[in-house]
Amino acid sequence: MENKKVIDALTKAFPGKVTEVPDRLGDTIVRIEKDDLLIIMDFLKNRPCEFTMLLDLTCVDYLSSKGCFEMVYHLFSISSNKRIRIKSEVRKNELDIDSLSDLWKNANWLEREVFDMFGINFKGHPDMRRLFMYEGFEGYPLCKDYPLRKRQPKIPLRKITK
Amino acid sequence: MNRIQKEARKESLLINMGPSHPAMHGTIRIMLELDGEVVKNSEVEVGYLHRGFEKTCEHKTYFNLLPYTDRLNYVSPLINNLAYVMTMEKMLEIEAPERAQYIRVIMSEFSRISDHLTALAAMTMECGAFTVFLYYIQAREEIWNFIEQTTGARMTTSYIRIGGVRADLHPDFKGLMDKAIKVTRRVLKDVKGLLNKNKIWIDRTRDVAVANPEMAVNYGFTGPCLRASGVSYDVRKAHPYLVYDQLEFEVPLGDKGDNFDRYMVRMKEMEQSLKIIEQAVEKMPASSSRAGLMAKGIEPDEAIKASRTKKAEERVNLSPNLQGSEKDVRPDILVKGKKYTVPPKEDTYTNIEGLINHFKFFMSGHGIRPPKGDVYFSVEGGNGELGFYIVSDGTDKPYRLHLRAPCFHIVSALEEMIKGHYIADIIPTFGSTNMIGGELDR
Amino acid sequence: MGKIKPRAYYRETLNGGFIATKINYMLGWGRKYSLFHYPFITACCGMEYMSAACAHWDFDRFGVGMTTFSPRQADMLFVVGTISQKEAPVLKTVYEQMCEPNWVIACGACAVSGGIYDNYAVVQGIDKIIPVDVFIPGCPPRPETILNAIEKLQDKIQHQKQDWKWKIKK
Repeated sequence: MENKKVIDALTKAFPGKVTEVPDRLGDTIVRIEKDDLLIIMDFLKNRPCEFTMLLDLTCVDYLSSKGCFEMVYHLFSISSNKRIRIKSEVRKNELDIDSLSDLWKNANWLEREVFDMFGINFKGHPDMRRLFMYEGFEGYPLCKDYPLRKRQPKIPLRKITK
Repeated sequence: MNRIQKEARKESLLINMGPSHPAMHGTIRIMLELDGEVVKNSEVEVGYLHRGFEKTCEHKTYFNLLPYTDRLNYVSPLINNLAYVMTMEKMLEIEAPERAQYIRVIMSEFSRISDHLTALAAMTMECGAFTVFLYYIQAREEIWNFIEQTTGARMTTSYIRIGGVRADLHPDFKGLMDKAIKVTRRVLKDVKGLLNKNKIWIDRTRDVAVANPEMAVNYGFTGPCLRASGVSYDVRKAHPYLVYDQLEFEVPLGDKGDNFDRYMVRMKEMEQSLKIIEQAVEKMPASSSRAGLMAKGIEPDEAIKASRTKKAEERVNLSPNLQGSEKDVRPDILVKGKKYTVPPKEDTYTNIEGLINHFKFFMSGHGIRPPKGDVYFSVEGGNGELGFYIVSDGTDKPYRLHLRAPCFHIVSALEEMIKGHYIADIIPTFGSTNMIGGELDR
Repeated sequence: MGKIKPRAYYRETLNGGFIATKINYMLGWGRKYSLFHYPFITACCGMEYMSAACAHWDFDRFGVGMTTFSPRQADMLFVVGTISQKEAPVLKTVYEQMCEPNWVIACGACAVSGGIYDNYAVVQGIDKIIPVDVFIPGCPPRPETILNAIEKLQDKIQHQKQDWKWKIKK
């Protein structure tokens, strides 16, 4: 019931822009277009929904099957004790999406991580650099086309002699 | 070129702290812009312990990747196991037997205590309270003794399995457990006496690195750090899992959100955890197996001796470090159905059906194959909400596995927390965030 | 190492004769019981290192209790935990700053061989970066194993050729 309220509020505010995804496990999942991301997130963060916490932000690589990346946002509302999952597709030909770092501060690092691992650009991000990997690392390790064991040593490795 | 080098003013001093620095336990690098001793600006660089956890998991089967979860938050491995396993159970829509759930509660609470002990040990040691460090580690040692007795390993246990737990509790678990509880209580009391009203300790931690509630929520703090800011959010209360809704405990809160509050919340939480453990042991349903808590089995060396004189008996103790007969204790601690659990070793070694089940479980392309879809589930870890987001494509390997690491969000706020404080305040602040490299960098 | 036959040992390390041998022995004895170590702790094994260092196991009994966080004053580098590609230059810098004679212990499966992390981010064993004296297996090694490794290293130090300034030059 509770889940329905949020989705009703969303569909009322943004008619035609929000699609509910049915889930067999009972999670609230919503699919949106990436152009509407900022206004919808802003709406969700403030009243009446009050999803004040960005729990998680990640990305899934569907390049081989659907030709796109899928951004996955998890929001949490402390006042109503609810979680919501928001998905948005990033097509292969334009790898960018709006940054949420103005709304939530932890989005800064989370988006840098996604940039590091998948190569998605975030428009309006204050400091778009790699987070985990080092400068000079080529490729995006969590993409499906990056081989698991492709190493790019930062310093030349020793030859072990007996 | 780092951001701070671009932003820094000409007259200020740039200092590099870490990644190999006594106070930067774990590996993290902080670049500081100093004005005298005051931190004007800073930049935190992480990733020195990036081990490719998520990528590796995509290449492992659901059963095989369990050991990797041990090494995320290596101070409380059992909670990591639990988070992953509960996510899988939500996806597979199965539930562990009640006794297993109580064992999980006991184990995860002990892990939480060991997590908090280590966090505070590091924090206090770096402020100079070396005695407290030694006391805490002593208590942790007792807890690990108990964990070792039940799980067979001190740290990287892989004890909690999909559908239940690996083994039942040891028949004499109460002895070591009571000792662990007793020692922890004593240590907590001693430390309380040493630190709670200690002038030096209070001066160094009060009003340092304040995270007000708005900031804490905005940064996605969870766990002790959020509760120290006065926001009451505990996954155990908000979204009860296992049997937490049947156990009584309080959620301690701080009022200011400074380092001292984070210390106090952790101290109080440990006491609550001890309370939970005592309740759980009392409420835990008795083992239904015929031979009592742990089914009887002969030790392997005795079995060998026996086989020389007479026919080898049926119930040989096949995994001597953990339990006797697996078949007997199974109904208490693992779900039914060969789809989700490893078949008992007696069957594997003695009959053909069991052997086939064993192979079918481990063969690539078989084993645990959850239906298509994605799932998010979180438990209360040592640092906060520890969540797994798993995308399944119907095969036996996860399509994508993402960890919501609690200390990632807390460390991302470090830059703001240390701004305007003295360089010496970085160390207790950093200690109170309880940065764990394995979890942060994954 | 194995047992060293006294006569062969004297012949090999002799260089100078009876006194030189005795000095060699004395220096080895002195060095092995006063190891200042630099704990290069990165990951999980650090927890077991903490256990080994604290009161319960207490490796101070073996004369390695002195922890120094300056590589210039350290004799022994204790590499504890996973070394990722990003960390590798740091480890190398720390090693290069250490004075001679120095020893390195690789503690834990990750430091020995990369352990279970056979992927793009992890160096497959620190011997690809710096020379190592003692490898400790285990994921993570138990404190007893760490103590055992320290004894092994002390054994090695006792029996190796010691450098000293006034040694006779060839």
